[in-house]
Amino acid sequence: MNKLMLQSLVLPPVTEPAPTPDQAALAELAANVDAAARRKLGRSLSIREVDAGSCNGCELEIHALNNAFYDLERFGLRFVASPRHADVLLVTGPLSANMREALERTWRATPDPKWVVAIGDCAVDGGLFAGSYACVGGISAAVPVDLHIRGCPPSPTQLLKGLLALLKS
Amino acid sequence: MSALGDLLGKRQRISAHRPWPRAVVDAEGWDSAAFLAADGRCTLLGLWGEKDAVHMALAVQDPLEIAILSLPCPDGAFPSVGRHHPPAIRLERAIRDLFGLTPQGAVDARPWLDHGRWGKRRPLGEAQADAGAGEPYAFLPVEGESLHQIPVGPVHAGIIEPGHFRFTANGETVVRLEERLGYVHKGIEGLMAGAEIAHAAKLAGRVSGDSTVAYAVAFAQALEAALEIAPPRRAQWLRALMIELERLANHLGDIGAICNDASFAIMLTHCGILRERVLRASDAAFGHRLMRDRVVPGGVAVDLSNTGIDAIRALLREIRARFPTLVQLYDRTTSLQDRTVATGHLSATLARQFGAGGFVGRASGRAFDARQLPAPLPYGELGFEIATRTDGDVNARVWVRIDEVTQSLKLIEQILERLPGGNTHIALPSVSEEREGMAIIEGFRGDILVWLRVGADGRVRRCHLRDPSWFQWPLLEAVIEGNIVADFPLCNKSFNCSYSGHDL
Repeated sequence: MNKLMLQSLVLPPVTEPAPTPDQAALAELAANVDAAARRKLGRSLSIREVDAGSCNGCELEIHALNNAFYDLERFGLRFVASPRHADVLLVTGPLSANMREALERTWRATPDPKWVVAIGDCAVDGGLFAGSYACVGGISAAVPVDLHIRGCPPSPTQLLKGLLALLKS
Repeated sequence: MSALGDLLGKRQRISAHRPWPRAVVDAEGWDSAAFLAADGRCTLLGLWGEKDAVHMALAVQDPLEIAILSLPCPDGAFPSVGRHHPPAIRLERAIRDLFGLTPQGAVDARPWLDHGRWGKRRPLGEAQADAGAGEPYAFLPVEGESLHQIPVGPVHAGIIEPGHFRFTANGETVVRLEERLGYVHKGIEGLMAGAEIAHAAKLAGRVSGDSTVAYAVAFAQALEAALEIAPPRRAQWLRALMIELERLANHLGDIGAICNDASFAIMLTHCGILRERVLRASDAAFGHRLMRDRVVPGGVAVDLSNTGIDAIRALLREIRARFPTLVQLYDRTTSLQDRTVATGHLSATLARQFGAGGFVGRASGRAFDARQLPAPLPYGELGFEIATRTDGDVNARVWVRIDEVTQSLKLIEQILERLPGGNTHIALPSVSEEREGMAIIEGFRGDILVWLRVGADGRVRRCHLRDPSWFQWPLLEAVIEGNIVADFPLCNKSFNCSYSGHDL
């Protein structure tokens, strides 16, 4: 382990420079986010992730945000274990009927002001799962969504662009 | 002749079923099949329903024989398999929820996937409107002194899929874990019925995101078996390449995550870097980090260019240079070994009884690997070993993953060296009658089974996708017993069962 630690100290970090915030995300946020709420939260946000029926593809890429290449925490964004500690809910999936109540309860447990970011194509309107008896079809059917980050799944860079827009809107 | 052959011998076979035989049995034959599974002469590979029938896939090992038995259910009932063979219990509960077929004599009459939230009952059978707003679930009773319960989920503390775990503990020691799943049920099999092939193939690739390639290959191969077509050799080799890249990415991620659950974060960091390299190489080679929608019925959607080959070769070099140090670190850190060795022990008997696939089975001595099945995938032409251990603990499951990383590197190297030329796709023929096909593909988690029936109009009539997790989730309940609550994350991650793949 000592050798590995030493290398970690000597070698340059693999962390990459931040991408520019997504313009489309900035526009969507400008319409949705209250400037007063933004001022209250400042430049550091705690994120609670909620899987509302995803295939787990989005979870894999959200996980990747924490790896050394993207290093999400350097932007003041961090994942927390409870909605009660969160400013942002990051929600994935077409909203399965069986997860609806859990999502609503998580949303209610999150203190105001709060934002909801819906991740992935199926979180917009159910995507490929739209029309199923088991899917509500889109996160906004249950909780108000401030920002959509599309993709199947969105890459960590796309996720980062959207989240940076959230910080800089 | 094997017991399975005996059972098939005198029955009426379905002629349009490939590549393994399917025969119609009566209730007596169905029961005999359940006994074969119960006394260990056969492994239950799957159990699924449709509107008016139930099907059971069975396998005999050495020499490998696979067959499907079907029982018509004109009265909406079938003899329970689960009462003889516990691995079938949850599958039967799902059949009853989705199709309304009753397993007679079943030991567990509670719903499984149906949480009373769909607005209807029996959505894939004779559906009936139901305005139920969710009813409380009757967890199994627990009796004893000084017991307390810890309910966890469906929303978990980490970035993971939703499910509910009900722990009953005595102090720190878990005396029972009961799982409740179904939260991410999306009705995929319902969406598949009547779908065009291309649409159904996309749905198959979204059953479990971490196994998108394996599911896409399983669906395509089942369909190709049904249509009796063979995609070009190059396409088969590229499919195997993508499956192995997917396995690499997942194993690297899991090895790091298991160590992280023992608060040994340096492994997560370094394994995370390697995992990211795999995803980037996959993106460079196939145009998508998870290689989603890159495998299509008839072949593959993208060919591999020389740039792609270079990216994968560079990846192999990097993993070979860095991974051994990490393995050594894992092996030599006693505080970490203290958490993984002897934790979450799965007995060989249970692994065999449940037909546990993937690293869960192989870490408990069950040496089954669907990559040993005959072509079309090129594994028979490639040299690799099946990693097995007999300890059955978290450590053994980590080591099977470590060994499989090494084997996947070897496989990828051979595929790149000997990749055949030619086309990568053929058009699907139209057929004049209904056809049926099945495929079993070794994803990173274990054997994925896909069975489908396609109509003369080129649409899917019925498609069943069975995730390996169906036979692993119940074992997680068994291995945690007697361990401390704090070791649950280690046990859970060492299994890494799919919620989405199971819930469908």
